[in-house]
Amino acid sequence: MAGRVLLVEDEPNIAAAIRFILTREGWEVAVEADGAAAMARVRDLGPDLLILDLMLPGMSGLEILTALRADPSYAELKVMMLTAKGQPRDREAAERVGVQAFMSKPFSNDEMRAMVRGLMGGRG
Amino acid sequence: MSLSALTGSRLRERRLALGMRQAELAAEVGVSASYLNLIEHNRRRIADDLLLRLADRLAMPLAALQDGHDAVMIDALRAAASEVHGVAEEVDRAEDLAGRFPGWAAAVVELLHARARALGQVVEALNDRMAHDPHLSASLHEILNAAASVRSTAAILADTDDIDPAWRKRFHQNLHVDSERMAKGAEALVAYLDSSSQGVEQTTATPQEEVEAWASSCDWGLSGPEASVKAAQLASGDGRAMAGRMQALAKADALALSEPALQSALQAHGPDPLAIAAQTGVPVLVAFRRLALRPASGFGLLHCDGSGTLTLRKPILGFSPPRFGAACPLWPLFTALSRPETPVEAVIVLPGAQAARFRTLAFCQTQYPAGFRGPQLREAAMLLVPEAGGSEHAIEVGPTCRICPRPQCPARREASILTV
Repeated sequence: MAGRVLLVEDEPNIAAAIRFILTREGWEVAVEADGAAAMARVRDLGPDLLILDLMLPGMSGLEILTALRADPSYAELKVMMLTAKGQPRDREAAERVGVQAFMSKPFSNDEMRAMVRGLMGGRG
Repeated sequence: MSLSALTGSRLRERRLALGMRQAELAAEVGVSASYLNLIEHNRRRIADDLLLRLADRLAMPLAALQDGHDAVMIDALRAAASEVHGVAEEVDRAEDLAGRFPGWAAAVVELLHARARALGQVVEALNDRMAHDPHLSASLHEILNAAASVRSTAAILADTDDIDPAWRKRFHQNLHVDSERMAKGAEALVAYLDSSSQGVEQTTATPQEEVEAWASSCDWGLSGPEASVKAAQLASGDGRAMAGRMQALAKADALALSEPALQSALQAHGPDPLAIAAQTGVPVLVAFRRLALRPASGFGLLHCDGSGTLTLRKPILGFSPPRFGAACPLWPLFTALSRPETPVEAVIVLPGAQAARFRTLAFCQTQYPAGFRGPQLREAAMLLVPEAGGSEHAIEVGPTCRICPRPQCPARREASILTV
């Protein structure tokens, strides 16, 4: 079974591009634009990897991550944080809550593919 | 006794200053002139009893000959010399300088400290600005997001040979939209950075400031054709949109309270916004704006929303509302904000040599745009009328804490950069 990726990103064009490249890599990709709905989507889909944009309407990526890690069933879920601002303070905060990888915008597609492959481990 | 390496130099300076010959002093303290010469050139250690005799004869306090603060000063001078172009080869002579001209040396060190403090403040202010300037942060975020989309989308189009035509079309469309976004963002950023590198007076750092510069260049006659022409020339799209909204508001206000109606109300009541509103049936804040936002009105005007954020600023000579951050909490504007529909009148005085005084009239209006279940929106306005002298009690206010020099203000929330 292909690994499932949930992408929480409010920029539709970035979401479309990421979805396209990851789908062609063989991953199953779902997109959610609303930060406030992200937790519900995680419960519905049970993704293997969550890609979270740091700046989201409704609920910030950091808030989603905090809510997620507070639930023991998602303590182990792999999370990649997308950030447009390489702000060290935000990164530190995310690292404290627990995040496996960061990707700064603008990213290259190869970086994105490689990082997802790495995070998915043996899957796919 | 711990002696400075410069004790000899100091003795020599002092002796010369007193106009005493070397042989004369040597004889008085009971050593040979050649031995004193060696001491004065820091080439002999001085025995304690000899030092006491020399200090006594030259009327010098012993402390001035001891080590301690001058070591710190010498280090500071050395550090300075190594950084200043053209002095580097004289680093080793810092001791000489400190020994022979302690006053000059102290002055140099003090200047360096002052410069370091000043630079520190500039850095802090710029840091503040980077971290808190919402315009800069939003512009960068916008550009980075557009760049991320363009980069990824363009790579997909370049690398994917077998791309479905529908997808290809969509990605081309996305590229087009995002390159437009990027261009606009870059344009806004350039306009912003260009203007902030100019002098403080011309700085139009945010669209709001750009719009205020525009309004003041039209002398606040915002509904005329000249204002429209100038508005179209504003650098940022946000600025043009904001100017458009202000013009629309000015036109709506002029429609609600026509010039003849305003003039007749002014004849009857003078510049009293409450009375003008009562006679003409317009909302009080419309009367505020009609009084102040017109050529040669002579009034300043501020508007703020429920958070206290200034949403409209018409400065007046002697009172410049802050461009960044929150204002002085003592303004009657905020008294009115906390008491909707209650008129507030007070005289205020600004800090500084001019101590400009203004009579202020403030009023807060509420709106319920979403009905019973929606939020209450507050908007407060404060009219500023120059007040010449007068004995009436005046509230001591400032512009904003950071640039307010009042040392004992009970409302101070952060230190002033003016009283370091």
